[in-house]
Amino acid sequence: MLAPISFSMQSLNIETIAPILVTIAGGLFILIMDLFKKDLNKSLYVVISLLFLLMSFGFLIDLSVFFAANGTFTGFFNLVVVDGISLISQFIIVGASMLFVPLALSSKRFHEFSYPEFFALFLFMIAGFQIMVSTDNLILIFLGLESASLALYTLIALHNRSKSFEAAVKYFTMGALAAGLYVFGAMVLYAITGSVEIHQIASILVANHYINLAYVLIGIVFLFAALAFKVAIIPFHTWAPDVYEGASASMAGYMSIVPKIAGFVVMMRLFEFLVHSGLPWIEVILYASVVITMTASNIWALVQTDVKRMLAYSSISHAGFVLSAILIGTTQANTALFLYWILFTFTNLGAFSMLWISRQKNLDKWKSSDHPYEKFSGMIHTSPVAAVIMGIFMLSLAGVPPFALFWGKMYMISSAVTSGFTVLAVIMVLNSAIAAFYYLKLIVYMFMKEPVSNVHGRIYTMNTSKALSTVIGVAAIVTIFAIIVINPLLEIITSFVYNSGF
Amino acid sequence: MQDYILSIVIFFPAVAAIFGFIINKNSMRAYGVAVGVIEFILSLDLWWIYNPNIAGFQLIEKIPVIASFGINYQVGMNGISLFIVIMASFFTMIGIASLTPTKNIKNMIITLLLLQMTMAGVFLALDAMLFYAFWEFSLVPMLYIIGAWGGPLRIYASVKFFLYTFTGSLIMLVGLLFMAYFYYQTTGVWSFSIPDWYNLVLPLNYQIWLFIAFFIGFAVKVPMFPFHTWLPYAHGQAPTIGSVILAAILLKMGTYAFILFSLPMFPDASKYFVYPIAILSLIMIIYTAMVAYAQKDLKQVVAYSSISHMGIIILGIFSLNIIGISGSVFLMIAHGIVSGALFLLVGVIYDRRHTKMMNEFGGLAHVMPRYATIFGIIMMASVGMPLTINFIGEFLSLLGFFKESHTLAIIAVFAIVVGAIYMLTSYKKVFFGNITNEANRHLPDINARELLALIPLVIIAIWLGVYPNPILRPITKSVTHIVEIMHDKEAQAGRLSLVSNPEKLALASQATREVR
Repeated sequence: MLAPISFSMQSLNIETIAPILVTIAGGLFILIMDLFKKDLNKSLYVVISLLFLLMSFGFLIDLSVFFAANGTFTGFFNLVVVDGISLISQFIIVGASMLFVPLALSSKRFHEFSYPEFFALFLFMIAGFQIMVSTDNLILIFLGLESASLALYTLIALHNRSKSFEAAVKYFTMGALAAGLYVFGAMVLYAITGSVEIHQIASILVANHYINLAYVLIGIVFLFAALAFKVAIIPFHTWAPDVYEGASASMAGYMSIVPKIAGFVVMMRLFEFLVHSGLPWIEVILYASVVITMTASNIWALVQTDVKRMLAYSSISHAGFVLSAILIGTTQANTALFLYWILFTFTNLGAFSMLWISRQKNLDKWKSSDHPYEKFSGMIHTSPVAAVIMGIFMLSLAGVPPFALFWGKMYMISSAVTSGFTVLAVIMVLNSAIAAFYYLKLIVYMFMKEPVSNVHGRIYTMNTSKALSTVIGVAAIVTIFAIIVINPLLEIITSFVYNSGF
Repeated sequence: MQDYILSIVIFFPAVAAIFGFIINKNSMRAYGVAVGVIEFILSLDLWWIYNPNIAGFQLIEKIPVIASFGINYQVGMNGISLFIVIMASFFTMIGIASLTPTKNIKNMIITLLLLQMTMAGVFLALDAMLFYAFWEFSLVPMLYIIGAWGGPLRIYASVKFFLYTFTGSLIMLVGLLFMAYFYYQTTGVWSFSIPDWYNLVLPLNYQIWLFIAFFIGFAVKVPMFPFHTWLPYAHGQAPTIGSVILAAILLKMGTYAFILFSLPMFPDASKYFVYPIAILSLIMIIYTAMVAYAQKDLKQVVAYSSISHMGIIILGIFSLNIIGISGSVFLMIAHGIVSGALFLLVGVIYDRRHTKMMNEFGGLAHVMPRYATIFGIIMMASVGMPLTINFIGEFLSLLGFFKESHTLAIIAVFAIVVGAIYMLTSYKKVFFGNITNEANRHLPDINARELLALIPLVIIAIWLGVYPNPILRPITKSVTHIVEIMHDKEAQAGRLSLVSNPEKLALASQATREVR
């Protein structure tokens, strides 16, 4: 017989999940509205989503102020953890989503955005990612991961091109495999420690000196593989380029940012105790993943003929670069991870948005892709402003100072240098040099080649609208003037990461 | 105004470049010249303000940017950077003034103004990260200039230029971050400030590794012998203005950085590497001089001769004494003036004939006497005739190195003879003899616009050759300061390191374990 449970509402600490509740409520609100009145314009849904996200952002600020004063706190029977890294990552998730939502207001009509379901699913997905980062309970992480992923598969498929269906099914299949791996890994860890909470698993393992080393490694490797699927770490990256190509450019840009930061935060929680444990293999596995992911994806990106696929491989490479923070595992490295990802959010979302505004509605049958390099040939002559902005995003991705990503890169390499990973630092640097080539290739096409005849400058901005221009403008301004915000960001992130023990 | 004059010199052209987008295409050149003249006057103002009694950096401005990581906006100048900055703004000015009408002249002028910002920034920056930012960003305008206005292989040349230099600089970035980390280890605060780094005494093995990391970055830029292959392409494909700025200013970034970073920060490693580097630069001097002799393209001759002279600059720097270093700083100025002028001169006939092949010409002295005269004077300066600007620089550099090693210095002197051979041969092929090609018979002589750019260069080349003191004295003053820093550190070498706390030393050596 079950014992009666009694608890006070006070002990639930309901405010810990307030940001998540708000996004879920937003999704439900949109669904309910749809019950009463059909055929509402997409702009309404966009604004409503934006309002709820803004509210969620507000609650996050509220929680951060509380965290800064009182330190980590928990709620819901210690299932929900509000610590520095969960707050920063939620800021990134909600912030990137706020940048993404206005991209739905393109001037060409894409019918997925006219469904309220799109926005409801979108908000549920955000809630899923928020759950994922704000707990250290393996089951709850799984819950967030799966609810977010299922929503994401649907969002990709809603784009309603045969390539998008292919992408969604591919992603779903891979995602299902990843889910299986995750559950298996979590099961193994539960079997040897009797707990599903990462901090308890850690303390038990440390207390018994990793007595079941083989099992620990199996569990960790499976969990790592599952998360590597989500973050697209080589060799679990194979879905990424195809899915990015099939999804709309805006969605692809979103996918390169938000699911990955959620994955990184879970990895950070998981590996926080492992990388310092001195266990054999853990460092080897991570080191190999970092190096191979950075290098191989860079080399693949060199040979791409389509800009979107190139950006897909480039974002795999950036993920590999950032994964080195998990390997290094110092406070400076974890700070660098968040700093890098915040800057990457603006630059990469900007770059993908530039592809999005050049999107043609109906693709010629004989063309396999919408964004071949040749399309951007001589763009400086036909639409100079767009070319300069795209060029700045490319330079930022390549890590040319003074643009945004350089500072993230610099801080990350510095964290490798300070922790004695000198070889890793050199590899990171050489990879940046390789990567410069393919970003430069687009710049060469845009600035140095002659325009293709019969192409009008309009094709680069045919899908644009005020909302899209605003998003791109914000991204460009942050990319150019990033240096101003680095210092406050660095101070806040460092204190948040440090105070939550990472 | 004096307190912020350096920032004004750096950012005025950038602001002007942004306003340039508003200017109408037809008025763009006038705008460019106006901005160039103002920038030049501003940089001359630096000379006016310059206090010759201060040997170290002066007019320092410091504004924290990333305070928690020790990155500041810090600029300052000394006798060395002063003249290079003046030369940079001078070349930007006459470069824009002598610009031949070309497509997209508006973009060209905006790019040149941005380039001027990065050049001034590199030579005035006193914060390593600021230096690095300008250093890297200077690649972007140059990439565009070569890639958009260059010859048939322009894209290959520009991408090669960018990737080569970018890769080298990234290795240097690791070195910079290590240096900052060692500073943090020693003092407990992060700092990227170069004057702060001067106070750091490092153990020899750290110095050697850091020296190598920095060396790769600088050597690609100079370019030193095994890394020089990008330069002939870049020069061969770049438009005249691109070659002028590249040869006159951008290459000097590398040699300037040797004096700013390598010598005072790694004195022991510099001493350790004197002979390898001297041999590399000898190879560079002699090999490129021979390659220059084999060229059929007049511009390539000038390009290789420019690499050859850069070798003498490096040799002078690594003499590690006051005479040699002052001589090579002077030679930087001289090389800038002379090779800039040579590229402008090659541009003059290229504009008329659209070819640079020497066998297309011959007997030009008959049709273009004024042109032949100016070319002759500049060429004499280039081969190091006494009473021209190059002579002073080469003489002092080699004299300095003579104290270090008699043999190598004597070999280097022979290289100058080779230089005279190829320059005079090329001159003979182009200007003397009969007019072999009918297309050359009615070439117009040099016009007023071109004279306007070239006459000042000729005057400077002779004036400073006869009376070098006005710029040699401030240079020597600052070089003496740098050499004093080196010697101070050598005196402390017995202590090996400023790292006071043995635990911290252990940490520091652990950090470099992988390096070794």
